[in-house]
Amino acid sequence: MNFLLSEDQLALVDSVKGLLRDMCDPLRVHKIFDMPGEAVFDVELWVALCEMGVPAIMVPEAHGGLGLELVDLAIVAEALGDAVAPVPFFGHVLATLAITLGGSDEQKAKWLPRLASGEVLGTVALCEGKNGWLADEWTLTHSGLSGVKTLVPHASEADLIVVGTTEGLALVEKGASYTTARVDSADRTRPVDTVTFAGVAAELLPEGADVATRIIDAAAVLLSADSFGGAEHCVSMSVEYAKIREQYGQAIAGFQGLRYQLVAMALATEPARGLYWYAAHAWDKIPQKASHAASQAKAHLTDTYLQVTRDTVEAHGGIGFTWEHDTHLYMKRAMLNWAWLGSPSRHRLRAADMAGW
Amino acid sequence: MELDFGSEFDAFRHEVREFIKANWPPADGKLKSHENERAFVLAAIERGYMHRNIPKAYGGSEQPADIVKAEIIREELTKARAPSGRIPGNGLVVGTLLEWGTEAQKRGFIPATLRGDIVWAQGFSEPNAGSDLASLRTKGELSSDGAKWIINGQKIWTTGAHNATHMFMLVRTEPDAPKHQGISYLLIDIRQPGVVVRPLTQMTRQKEFNEVFFDNAETPSDMIVGERGQGWSVTRSTLKSERSGISTMTWSLSMFRDLVKLAKEVELDGQPAIKNLRIREELAAIEGQLMSLTYSTYRATSHDVHGRDIGSFQTMPKIYMTELAGRISKLARDIVENDFVDMGGERLKWIERFMISLSMSIAGGTSNIQRNVIAERSLGLPRDKSQGASA
Repeated sequence: MNFLLSEDQLALVDSVKGLLRDMCDPLRVHKIFDMPGEAVFDVELWVALCEMGVPAIMVPEAHGGLGLELVDLAIVAEALGDAVAPVPFFGHVLATLAITLGGSDEQKAKWLPRLASGEVLGTVALCEGKNGWLADEWTLTHSGLSGVKTLVPHASEADLIVVGTTEGLALVEKGASYTTARVDSADRTRPVDTVTFAGVAAELLPEGADVATRIIDAAAVLLSADSFGGAEHCVSMSVEYAKIREQYGQAIAGFQGLRYQLVAMALATEPARGLYWYAAHAWDKIPQKASHAASQAKAHLTDTYLQVTRDTVEAHGGIGFTWEHDTHLYMKRAMLNWAWLGSPSRHRLRAADMAGW
Repeated sequence: MELDFGSEFDAFRHEVREFIKANWPPADGKLKSHENERAFVLAAIERGYMHRNIPKAYGGSEQPADIVKAEIIREELTKARAPSGRIPGNGLVVGTLLEWGTEAQKRGFIPATLRGDIVWAQGFSEPNAGSDLASLRTKGELSSDGAKWIINGQKIWTTGAHNATHMFMLVRTEPDAPKHQGISYLLIDIRQPGVVVRPLTQMTRQKEFNEVFFDNAETPSDMIVGERGQGWSVTRSTLKSERSGISTMTWSLSMFRDLVKLAKEVELDGQPAIKNLRIREELAAIEGQLMSLTYSTYRATSHDVHGRDIGSFQTMPKIYMTELAGRISKLARDIVENDFVDMGGERLKWIERFMISLSMSIAGGTSNIQRNVIAERSLGLPRDKSQGASA
C-alpha cells in the first residue's frame, strides 16, 4: 500500500518550505498585510515561487511545465497555507489548469508557457451574486459578456481572467472592457475583487463546459490543503505557547483544561490530512469519485480550520486577540477559505447528491 | 500515491481466495459447527494464513510480518464469511507469553489457546483501581512450602469471565515495594471453588462482563510470568503484531452504511429521512469525518509498511472512532424518533448502539486517558505530574 508521498514530492515540499522560511516569516506577512490602502500581494515572494516552478507544476511538459498532478499542487498549497503566504497562487493555478484542460492547441501554446513562468498572471471569475459558485448557477454568457462576478482573486492585478459562463469557461484579457473593485476583505493575504464586465468578446475554451466542474473540484481540493496547512500551524503555535506561557508559577501546558482543548484541536485537524490527500488523489486518479471527495474535503477542512483558529485565539488569551499577533492572519485566511466556493453546508449537500442519497 | 495494495500482491490474493474456496463453506454445509471451524482454522494455520506471528512450535504459522498480506487475508476471510481465526476470549495473553513466558508456559498454553481449548479472561481492573491500575490491591502470597500462590481479593469489568477457563491477572505480591514495583503477573485456572464469577448486567441489558471474587484461590508457583514484582513491565510490553488499524476502521464503515440504510428506510414528515435537509447534512458531515479516519488510516498503514514515522495520528484513532460512533448513534436517534424508547421494537439495535458507543469511551483506556496520551506523545506536552505514571 502506497498512500504516501514519494521522495520527489517530499523534496518539492521541502524546497517550497525552505523558500517560505527565508522569505515569508510572520513579520513579512504582517508587513504586507498592513500596507496602507488596498490589499496587495508580495511580489518578491511570488517571483521566487515562480522561479522555483510552482505555477508550472501541472502544466504539461510540452508547454514548459513539470507535468505533475493535483496532489503535487495540493501539498504546495498546504505549505502556503501554513505560512499564510500573501501570493496570488490560488487564482493563478486554477486559471492555468483551466487552459491546460480546456484550451485549444493555440490557446495552450499562447498562454501556458507564460503562465508557467509567471510572466502572465491569471485568475478565475466564478461566483455570481452572494453564493452562485457552481456552474449550473452561472448566468453570464460569453459573447458580449456583461454582468458581475464576485470574490475574484487578484482581478485588479491579473493579465488574464478565466470566466465561468453558461457556455463554459472563457478567456478575458486585461484591457478588455471590464472594471474591478477591490473588496475590503478580512483576509488581506489574498485580496479579492468584484469584476463588472461591460460587453466583452470573451474567447471560449473549446472544452470549457466539461472542464468547469473539474476546476471547481480542483479549487475545493486546494482550499482544503491550504486549510490543513493553516490549521496545523495553529495547533502547533498554540501548543508551543502553552509550553512557555507561565501562570500560577508554572507553564500553562500543565493545566488539564487547556491540555484537553489543545488535544481537541489536534484531533480535529490531524486526521483531516487523509481526507484532503484522498480528495486530491481522487481528482487525479478516480474521476467518478472526484466531485464527492472534493466537496467533502472542502466542507470538512474549511469548517475545521475556522473553528481551530477560534480555539487558537482562546488558547492564547488576550495577546491572541490583538492585531500584532499572528492569530488573526490565520482566522481571516480561514474565513475566506470557508466562504470561497460556497459554505461547508452547501458542499455537504452537494456531496449528499453525489452519493446518490 | 496509490490506494490499492499494488499488483505484486495480486498473486497472493488469488492464492488466499483459492484456499478459502476449497475449504469454506464446509462440505456438510454446517457453518456454525465448532468442528468445521476448527478444521478450517488448522488448515489456514498450516498454509500460513493465521496466527502468522506465532512460532510453529507453539501452534502458529510463523510467517514474516507483513501488514499488507495480513490485511488481504482478513479481507478475503471477511468476504467469504469464513472463520476469522480470532482467539476466543482475551487473546492478549498470547503476545505476553511469547515475550515473557517460560518454555513450559508457552508450550502448555499457547497451542491450547489457539485451538480454543483454553479461554482466557483478563483480571486487571479492580473496584478501586480503574484508570489508576497500578494501585490494585488483590493480594498474592506464596504458600509456606513455596509450591503455590494464594490469591485473595476482587477483580471487576472482567469481560467474558463467565465463559473463560483461565485468567491472566495482576496481583500485589510485594506489599512493601513502591506501587508499580509490587505487582506480579499470574496465570490461574478459574474453575475452582476459591473463584466466584458474578455477571454484571450492563445498561444494554446484556451480560458481558463480571465481578470475580478470589477467596484463597490457588495457582502453582510456576504460573508467574516474568519475575516477582515485574508484572507492570510485563503488561506494558506490546508485542509487534500485524494490526494495521484497518479492521477498526472497517467497523466504523459498516456502522455508517447501516445508518445510511436506516435513513433511506425510515419516513420523516412524509418522505424518506435521508431527504430531510438537516438529516442529510449531518449524514454528510459524519461521512466527512469517516473519510478522514479512513484515509488517514490508509496513510498510517502505508507509512508503517515503508518504515516511515506515522506522526501524531498514531495516538488518535480510538478516541476519534469513539466520538464518531457517538455521533452516528445520535443521528440514528433523530431518525427513529419515538422508536428510540422501545427496547422491544425493531430499532433495538440502534438503542443498543446508542449505549454501546459510550462503553467505547470507557473500555480499554477511557477517552480522558486517551487525551492524556495524545497530549504527551503526540503534542509533546510535559507530563501531567498528577497522573502518576506517564501515559
